[in-house]
Amino acid sequence: MEQEEEGNMTDAIISTQHLVKTYKMGDMEVHALRGIDIDIRKSDFVAIMGKSGSGKSTFMNIIGCLDVPTRGEYLLDGLDVGKMNRDELAHLRNRKIGFVFQSFNLLSRTSALENVELPLMYNNKISSHDMREKAMNALESVGLSGRSHHLPNQLSGGEQQRVAIARALVNDPVVILADEPTGNLDTRTSVEVMDIFQKLNKKGITVVIVTHEPDIAAYTNRNVSFRDGRILKDLQVEHPRIAGEELLLIPAISEEDTI
Amino acid sequence: MKLKNQVKAAFRSLSKNKMRTFLTMLGIIIGVASVIAMLAIGQGSKESIQAQISSLGTNLLTIFPSASMTGGVRMEAGSSVKMNLDDYKAIATRCPAVMYSTPTVRTSGQLIAAGQNWRTSVWGVYPDYFEIRNLAIQTGAVFTAAEDRAAAKICVVGQTVSKNLFGEGTDPVGKLIRINKIPFSICGLLTAKGQNAFGQDQDDIVIAPFTTVQERMMTITYINSIMVSATSESMIPEATDEITQVLKERHHLGPSEDPDFTIRSQADISSAATATSGILTILLASIASISLLVGGIGIMNIMLVSVTERTREIGIRMGVGARGRDVLLQFLIEALMISLIGGILGVGFGILTSQIIASIMKWPVTITLQSILLSFLFSTAIGIFFGWYPARKAASLNPIDALRYE
Repeated sequence: MEQEEEGNMTDAIISTQHLVKTYKMGDMEVHALRGIDIDIRKSDFVAIMGKSGSGKSTFMNIIGCLDVPTRGEYLLDGLDVGKMNRDELAHLRNRKIGFVFQSFNLLSRTSALENVELPLMYNNKISSHDMREKAMNALESVGLSGRSHHLPNQLSGGEQQRVAIARALVNDPVVILADEPTGNLDTRTSVEVMDIFQKLNKKGITVVIVTHEPDIAAYTNRNVSFRDGRILKDLQVEHPRIAGEELLLIPAISEEDTI
Repeated sequence: MKLKNQVKAAFRSLSKNKMRTFLTMLGIIIGVASVIAMLAIGQGSKESIQAQISSLGTNLLTIFPSASMTGGVRMEAGSSVKMNLDDYKAIATRCPAVMYSTPTVRTSGQLIAAGQNWRTSVWGVYPDYFEIRNLAIQTGAVFTAAEDRAAAKICVVGQTVSKNLFGEGTDPVGKLIRINKIPFSICGLLTAKGQNAFGQDQDDIVIAPFTTVQERMMTITYINSIMVSATSESMIPEATDEITQVLKERHHLGPSEDPDFTIRSQADISSAATATSGILTILLASIASISLLVGGIGIMNIMLVSVTERTREIGIRMGVGARGRDVLLQFLIEALMISLIGGILGVGFGILTSQIIASIMKWPVTITLQSILLSFLFSTAIGIFFGWYPARKAASLNPIDALRYE
């Protein structure tokens, strides 16, 4: 038992113990998280599920270093995040985490390439030349190298989300966190996005997505369900759906139609 | 974020809203331009006042004998007869801070010529007098030192004298006049100088060689006063000290004894006038700076709107790792760029305005480098000052709220 815990500690990218988050809303105390213990290991592909109010977004904010827990411990890649200040959290987000959002959150009137470069802008160690090269590589890995100079409003929803994934990838993060990444997309585009996540995961990248759609969770390897600030279920998925195979069956629609 | 990238990003976001950026800039442009124009007008009038004063001879020092005292009753200044030509010679030779010098004697004379007559004061001086008083000759020439030694009966007349004796527009040079029945030949006509600060007509004068007036007209051995000009305005105190020392020594007065003469300078008038025009400049510039201040508030206003509008962008930037200070710097640089570019355009616009004012209103304007630097620095400071609060507000946003902002 002792040994197993030790083993979990060493290759866990995300490790939380008794994570509690309490908000004060006037006189009311809202218990968003009531003690979460979870280890997410390298190369995991995890879906966090639950209804709204279950605490999954709060959990996502904390493991994404956007927020700090009220109590409990959170280790990201071996670093204790719990007591970090704003600047230290920003540094962690820049170096260790890639975000993908439901509403894409790309900078408007800014080209796809420059959107992807954005995280590198806040890393002084990277030269302008490397920046461009890394951003082009990231765009290529989501199949958008031909659209690098398009503006977000010239891209379809699926393409915008792929730019966002490229942006999340560009700084070689230890984990990609995606908050309802398919929430604004149609079925085929959703499968395309999940296909990208599955391919990235195959390359060894840890991916955590938050979703309330069981269909989407079925593409991952592990489903964790939240309810009332606690983990209800934590199940390994025996036979994940393979997005790449399903795409062949869904009738292909030309990109123009999806816009 | 590297500064180069910050500046690039700021430039891009400003060019996304060209109209808004320009209008915000306009406040600074007008502010800087009016500060420069007002300072130029102020400086120009200051210089023209200074030029007018120095045309009176700002370096001028006049040495009078002090009032004599007879049994406790003081007589008017200059009534004691204690200065003579030797006093003048001592000053002329022994005071290095003195450039030009002349003894003066003054009397009044009845002038008769061509059936007209006129009464005016007649000054007997050395040719240096024209240098000391900045008197220019319109036609003819000044008498020479040799003519003075010969006690030549020639004189220079002012415009008022010429007009009253010969009528307007007549060149009096070469004409004969009688002064107190002594015939004089007019050798020069002074350029018109108009009234002085006290309303005296400076053109109502006859200037003749010192020896002629002292010996032929007045038959006296003393002199009324000595006029000198210091080598420069700043040398006036030194010249005063030297003259005091020389005259005290000649009059056998100890250093602690009161001098029996008085030295007057025009420096007080000049400093008062300069101070007045200085106050005027400050007044004009402070009114103009208010418009610059209003321009700064314009920047703050638009930056606040911009922060609210771009909350989502700030959230995204923070999400990918921008620290508070990166966001602060971004908005500060944007505010600074508005004020900096506005400042540069304002300087150009201000110079243009000054030139237009100079040519249309015929006002003297002088644009100094200091006024350009001052208004430029002031506008930059305003950019930082008024950009700080909105930038601070942006930097302190919570990334979670900013990311969800609709």
